[in-house]
Amino acid sequence: MIAAQLPALQIVIPLLGAVLTAMMRRGSWAWAVALAVSWTMPLIAGSLLMQVLSTGPISYALGGWNPPWGIEYRIDALNGFVLVLVSLIGAVIMPYARVSVEKEIAPKKQAWFYTMYLLCLCGLLGITITNDAFNAFVFLEVSSLSTYALIALGRDRRALLAAYQYLILGTIGATLYVIGVGLLYTMTGTLNLSDIAGRLDGVENIRPILAALAFLTVGISLKLALFPLHVWLPNAYAYAPSVATAFLAATATKVAVYLLLRYYFSVFGVTFVFETLPVSTILLTLSLAAMFGASIVAVFQDDVKRMLAYSSVAQIGYITLGIALANQTGLTGGIVHLFNHALMKGALFLVIGAVFFRIGSVKLDDLAGLGRRMPITMGAFVIAGLSIIGTPGTAGFISKWYLALGALEQGSWWLVLLLVASSFISIVYIGRVVEVTWFRPVGKMVAGAREPPTSMLIPSLILVAATIYFGFDTTMTAGVAEKAAEALLGANR
Amino acid sequence: MRLDVIFRATMKIMMPFILVFALYVQFHGDFGPGGGFQAGVIAAAMVILYAIIFGLDAAKRLAPPRLLEIMIPLGVLIFAGVGAINMMLGGNFLDYSVLAHDSVHGQEYGILLVEGGVLITVAGTMTAIFYLIAGRGR
Repeated sequence: MIAAQLPALQIVIPLLGAVLTAMMRRGSWAWAVALAVSWTMPLIAGSLLMQVLSTGPISYALGGWNPPWGIEYRIDALNGFVLVLVSLIGAVIMPYARVSVEKEIAPKKQAWFYTMYLLCLCGLLGITITNDAFNAFVFLEVSSLSTYALIALGRDRRALLAAYQYLILGTIGATLYVIGVGLLYTMTGTLNLSDIAGRLDGVENIRPILAALAFLTVGISLKLALFPLHVWLPNAYAYAPSVATAFLAATATKVAVYLLLRYYFSVFGVTFVFETLPVSTILLTLSLAAMFGASIVAVFQDDVKRMLAYSSVAQIGYITLGIALANQTGLTGGIVHLFNHALMKGALFLVIGAVFFRIGSVKLDDLAGLGRRMPITMGAFVIAGLSIIGTPGTAGFISKWYLALGALEQGSWWLVLLLVASSFISIVYIGRVVEVTWFRPVGKMVAGAREPPTSMLIPSLILVAATIYFGFDTTMTAGVAEKAAEALLGANR
Repeated sequence: MRLDVIFRATMKIMMPFILVFALYVQFHGDFGPGGGFQAGVIAAAMVILYAIIFGLDAAKRLAPPRLLEIMIPLGVLIFAGVGAINMMLGGNFLDYSVLAHDSVHGQEYGILLVEGGVLITVAGTMTAIFYLIAGRGR
């Protein structure tokens, strides 16, 4: 009986957890609830994915109303994979959160932090699991609103401005999304994504459909921070509390990418999006602009968190590049990079959070010689950084390898050169941090620093170890991504 | 406005009627336009009107912020709790049909409970937002 209810439990447990933490006054109790919820999530997501891989997609009728009338939760290889990713990241980050939150957030607000985190988790999992266009919008708002609050909880007063900026842009994105959904609903009379896909072929007047595609693309692109719609991201990541930054960087944009994939491949169809329209060219241009533009900006940042945020914009470029290639290998690369980037960027932000915990600053100049005082932490930074660069033996290499193969399959060898060239830029910005922390004499900010508490060190090291592990054993990442890409392209209409 | 007898007297007479109207809208939601959200806004409007006439401190004695902080999650808890009970009774999440001996009654009870949750959360949230705005600069 419980097995049949797993899709609902995936959403209901974080929601109930959020309610419980909202009623608590003590941060440590709220943390215990958040931890219990975060550790349950991967168990549910994992068993859902196993079930999908062995017996095919799962459909769950919310409220007993059958699709297409009621809201349907539908899990296939692609969103099962994203569910596992989001819940795993949450589970790894939560043990880390207690000490970091105690240090960075006022005692009265700590319980609220966990409420917002759990609501955000609930929203992100909800967007992923639902097969209903409007329900996805509701969850998009649940996750976005809680994200604004999470960012605003940052200690720096600039966090308020960053949250406000994201509030405005995020709301514009959500509005465009819901206009797109409205147009689709007018033309097809249904909100169930599979049902929309089935009815689109029968629509004679194509213009509203084109408008819907445009609105959805721009709306979702704002959420996933596709260049040049990324302006909200660097400030939001730089000033949010460390735990929130790590969680959001690893999950929020990835879920938006998933939503874009779902609309392009499962709803509109490959033929419509990539053959009759120039979406591929547009996405490719913007991805390349992100890979180079954002990477170059990252090189000139003095704040390590901001630098990593710009690096995120660049890395999202690699993921959208995989979508733009729209062939089996390229798409696999994009989906694998979605997973791998979440691991390595999560690891980097956790490490930087630990640095902030010890020395209270993440300005590059203040970190001189840190490698000698916090060797394990900064060693972890180097390894995760190598993965960002795409060194063989790390997870980052695997995704870039698939992307390069996908580009070659299309006959665009110049794209491979550009991939390598953009990786060189990431060597520069990761290299700057490595140079300052390892090769400079110990600065006065760093003099008294030591390794962070074990509860912070272990989650960071787990993610770093994962980036190495998934650089060698790719059956879970690339294997599942391949299946997901196959299913997306197989729905070829 | 504190000295205006007409306002103060009218407000005191009107208060129970506003609340009854909120409840009317709440239960009318079963048959026509209305429901928890509208009812919650009307109930919150009563507190806001009271605050305008008698002052913010008096309103905070009527509806203490501590109570609001409980009301906001409580409504969501009722909503999610009803859904969870449905699951325990063997239905899907929010499948009210299993709540009673037949599905028509089950649906009625289910929607009644959930709308009650909506009323509590909306009334609490609206009042809390008003307190925050009114409390600025104090």
